[in-house]
Amino acid sequence: MSLWVIDKESMVPLIGAWKGDYRVVGPVGRGTQFAFGEIEDPADLRLDYTTSILPPKKYLQPQEERLMTFARSGQPVVAAELEAPPTVLLGVHTCDLHGINVLDQAFSEGYPDAYYLERRKNTLLVGIECLQPCDEHSFCKSMGTLTVSNGYDLHLTDLGDAYAVDVGSPAGRALLSEHDGPRQATEGDMQRLNRVLGAKWPHFTYKLEFDVGELAPLMGQSYEASLWNELAEDCLACGQCTLVCPTCFCFNVYDEVELSLEAGERWRRWDSCQLDEFARVAGGENFRERQAARLRHRFMRKGRYLFEKYGELGCTGCGRCARSCLVDITPVDVFNQLHGARC
Amino acid sequence: MTVVLDRSVYMPVMGRLLDVEPMTELETLFTVGMPDGQSLGSEPGQFVEVSLLGIGEAPISLSSSPSRSNGTFELCVRRVGDLTRAMHQLEPGAALGIRGPFGNPFPLAKMKGKDVLLAAGGLGLAPLRSLINEILDQRGSFGRVIILYGTKQPSEILFRSELDEWAGRDDVEFHMTVDRGDEGWQGHVGVITTLFPKITVNPRNTVAATCGPPIMYRFVLMEMLGKGIPETQIYLSLERRMKCGVGKCGHCQINDLYCCQDGPVFCYADVKGLEEAL
Repeated sequence: MSLWVIDKESMVPLIGAWKGDYRVVGPVGRGTQFAFGEIEDPADLRLDYTTSILPPKKYLQPQEERLMTFARSGQPVVAAELEAPPTVLLGVHTCDLHGINVLDQAFSEGYPDAYYLERRKNTLLVGIECLQPCDEHSFCKSMGTLTVSNGYDLHLTDLGDAYAVDVGSPAGRALLSEHDGPRQATEGDMQRLNRVLGAKWPHFTYKLEFDVGELAPLMGQSYEASLWNELAEDCLACGQCTLVCPTCFCFNVYDEVELSLEAGERWRRWDSCQLDEFARVAGGENFRERQAARLRHRFMRKGRYLFEKYGELGCTGCGRCARSCLVDITPVDVFNQLHGARC
Repeated sequence: MTVVLDRSVYMPVMGRLLDVEPMTELETLFTVGMPDGQSLGSEPGQFVEVSLLGIGEAPISLSSSPSRSNGTFELCVRRVGDLTRAMHQLEPGAALGIRGPFGNPFPLAKMKGKDVLLAAGGLGLAPLRSLINEILDQRGSFGRVIILYGTKQPSEILFRSELDEWAGRDDVEFHMTVDRGDEGWQGHVGVITTLFPKITVNPRNTVAATCGPPIMYRFVLMEMLGKGIPETQIYLSLERRMKCGVGKCGHCQINDLYCCQDGPVFCYADVKGLEEAL
């Protein structure tokens, strides 16, 4: 919509000003790693972070959330309230913006999920362009997620002593225009931005040995691949890969009751298709009993099923599942091996 | 900022248990009424998510047909998990949370004018009964009506009085069997596939539907295909774990399909290539 520039030293007062109206969430240091957290002191913000342990998804679909409260005694009643504070989600990498786009579609398609959508409606996304790979597991360039053209309210690019700020929505523009610090970009700023954006691409390498457009068809042809059984011999079925994934949204639902038994709450919690109980019905039948079938299901969702349903791949190339896997099962290796087996 | 949701797809409407009728040692028929006598607006083959507040929620097939709703509906429930065990403790008047109806129903419009072959195994009669009674209440709109029903043993037979009625009608071809008889059993003995030699079908003009335990489908499908019924005219109602019923939670996925939305009734031609379907 329009391009602005803000000096880095002006970010602290700007975020301070946002905090008057919004909860500001962004990347902060967590040990040797980074995590998205609420920004108490704007100086804590680490826009130079590599990757975060969990994707910012947790602010839209929390690890667990209350769906409703209920009273059991007398005339039973149910009521639903949720916390959806106005939030600025700051410093979101482009892979995670793609991930949020997948979640937006999953939760608005068919029966809208009011819990996600209320939170999403009250959340402004401020992305940041990646100029260096997070680490050796990133393969965003291969997945086509190394940049975005929409899906953000503001989008930052580090110009050295300042950020170029692309405005993606009227709400994003309002974040800038009411404050001192941000100024409209000049012709010189635009040239500087183009230089930075042009220079970043060689820093990233293609990890997939084929074009990403071939991924969904490849997965369609790989259902019977022997690789699933081979990987299943190593896979611990721990479910970490799904917990750190920016596009996994499956959940379980359970009730908690007060000790009085008169009232309680119904909650939902992230669940994982990698756990052996995931597809078991009350009668005892388990429709995805073998780990090879569960592992395959996960990769099929990432590489094909979500693409067929929403037109977006379920894998963003963020590399989190590869980093978290205890036995080094990585999507790059899996996709490349499937491709190699077909050739 | 706290947002109060007036409605959400996850919030049950509180219905009331109107009648509880034990059918077998494990299965009970529950009649449920919605607030203010409002209709559920279901179609045969759909299901509801049943809640007991504090226990949980589970998907249960509707056993009653819309043609006989009278503002109520019936659920034939086997006592097998946490929720169904708790349901079996309930007495008339108890509150019951209901969400739905959800899911893809049996293709009643496609069946009209055709012969219908309906094969139920065990508790699979619960969802099929919603279709059978709907068809019988519009009997003139269908050709031959052939019903096959098999259970493990006589003590597990459901809806006995209705079975007698179906057996007594001259416009219904009804056959039933038990895997193992007992002292009082005079009828056919054998698995459900042993009923197929008793019937003849005009395959092109027949639409078939089946529901039963997972093990049953392959064998019943073989019989139906063996009769020459096209894959596009055979329908299956499948059971899966479902936490949401609205295509989000992921538990019911059959390959890329969501059983709660794309099913529970599937056309065989659409799922025969899916390894996770059967």
